[in-house]
Amino acid sequence: MPVNICVLAKQVVDPEMPAAAFRIDPDARQVVPPANIPPVVNGFDENAVEAALQIKDEQGANITVISSGTTFALDVMKKPLSMGADELVLLQDDAFANSVDSFFTVQLLTAAINKLGGFDLIICGRQASDWDNAQVPLGVAETLGMACITLGKKVDVQDSKVVVERLAPDGFEVVEADLPALVTVSNELGQPRYPTLRGIMAATRKRPTVWTTSDLDVDDAQLEPRLTLHDLFVPERDQDCEIIEGDDDADAARQLALRLREDRLI
Amino acid sequence: MADATGILVFGDAPDGQLASTAQELLAAGRALADALNQELSIAVIGADVADAPQQAIAHGADKAYAVTNPALADYHPDLFLSAMQTVATEANPGIILIARNNEGRELAPRLAFRLGVGLAQDCLEVSADAETGRLLANRPVYGGSAIAVVSCTHTPQIAALRPKTYEPLDADASRSGQVVAFPVDIDAAAAKTRVVDVVKEEAEGIKLEDARIVVSGGRGLGGPEPFSQLEELAGLLGGAVGASRAAVDSGWVPANYQVGLTGKTITPDLYITVAISGASQHMAGCSGSKAIVAINKDADANIFKEARYGVVGDWEKVIPALMETVRELTQS
Repeated sequence: MPVNICVLAKQVVDPEMPAAAFRIDPDARQVVPPANIPPVVNGFDENAVEAALQIKDEQGANITVISSGTTFALDVMKKPLSMGADELVLLQDDAFANSVDSFFTVQLLTAAINKLGGFDLIICGRQASDWDNAQVPLGVAETLGMACITLGKKVDVQDSKVVVERLAPDGFEVVEADLPALVTVSNELGQPRYPTLRGIMAATRKRPTVWTTSDLDVDDAQLEPRLTLHDLFVPERDQDCEIIEGDDDADAARQLALRLREDRLI
Repeated sequence: MADATGILVFGDAPDGQLASTAQELLAAGRALADALNQELSIAVIGADVADAPQQAIAHGADKAYAVTNPALADYHPDLFLSAMQTVATEANPGIILIARNNEGRELAPRLAFRLGVGLAQDCLEVSADAETGRLLANRPVYGGSAIAVVSCTHTPQIAALRPKTYEPLDADASRSGQVVAFPVDIDAAAAKTRVVDVVKEEAEGIKLEDARIVVSGGRGLGGPEPFSQLEELAGLLGGAVGASRAAVDSGWVPANYQVGLTGKTITPDLYITVAISGASQHMAGCSGSKAIVAINKDADANIFKEARYGVVGDWEKVIPALMETVRELTQS
């Protein structure tokens, strides 16, 4: 039986953009997406797609990618399809502008997951590189009452259970749970595969399912905000760096060592 | 709940000693409790928490719940969460503080969702709004490129604090407080996950988190070999070696070397970065260092905005000369 897998993926501003391109609209309390730098699929979510594809390679799987947001760059969000995922569901609504509030996002995502009939396994990136909340996956697991394993670097499905190598500060532990379960993965899972030409062609032909909040069965009381964003600003850097000079690089290194000694740091 | 009041922090007591992260939470909680004129409680969770509740009182708590059950001997998220929910319901606090350490990364969001409230994640600073008395939290977002100030709309208000951002209060054994024995019922069947194996990959020598001096290498090193030089330098200085995520992702060093937002948070006295550009995601794990040294050939690299001392130069020439001088200095 192919494993029925869901991957949650988010479109984010490119975290690799030059620092000079990072701008904030203080009134809107939002980051201004840079004009000439396209958004990307959140890096950890690409790791999640890769984890799902490895299971598909091994034993067959049907992979549905769900994303929520206000607007989508369709060519960007189709990347998981071109890597080998099967379906794409976009939850598109202006209400998602407040993505600082994970609680709201979770209500919509779980409603969509229920509407799709549920999954054996949900795989998510550990956190999104925009708000760094690291809450949505855990909230989905709690809300759906699923077993939850975080920080996976390897994910296998064996019979009716998931077996995960989970990162620990001093190594890793092997953790298992019966399906259905939710797993979050980290970059230690390894580089996500590149889309193949065939995958890109297949993805071009696929059309995503697009739902708004009105297509989903949610309790209005659960959509009340749980977090308020009061301010968003770029922190001041007040460190004055003392550049240690020398006749050449080796001499600068010697001066550095003497300076650190003088300041009793070594 | 209208009558929710007080601040409750969660802590654990490995080996019967109150964890340092719990002491940090007590320092943050004490300031809030004094500002709001409310009580500061701690729930110490474990199979046997020994003297940790007394230690918590010495570190600033007014009340310490000893939350015990034999099933809590080893950390299990599902079981700890069950105990936390029981205490939170009983204590009915206005504010809950949790450490965003390895365990808190999963416990804090799950507790918030279980209670149907919001969570201010990964906070650097928490304070009480002077007018409303509500919790205000400063938290880095976009990998540390920006700071967001957030508050929770529901109660209890929950904040997860980044480790090593608050300094523990000095222990004062003369402080008085109440220790409450709080044995909890735990349904072992609530554990939906099973740990079947534990694999240690500890680097030799001093632990990265505990080292007074850390030498880290980044993408600019170009391969795994230069790390042996960094190990040698760290050895001379009595320190440990770390790495940026780029170096870990390239497979040059194991994952547990990683310093940064998704790696380890370290606060050494001296942090020497070699060929690290200083992306905000990396700085998130080391910005609490007392002094940062940047060695990078790109004078425009962001790391020079974060460092106290900089050498603009090629690490291949800088590191051997640095080691030679350190050897001379330490032998004289």
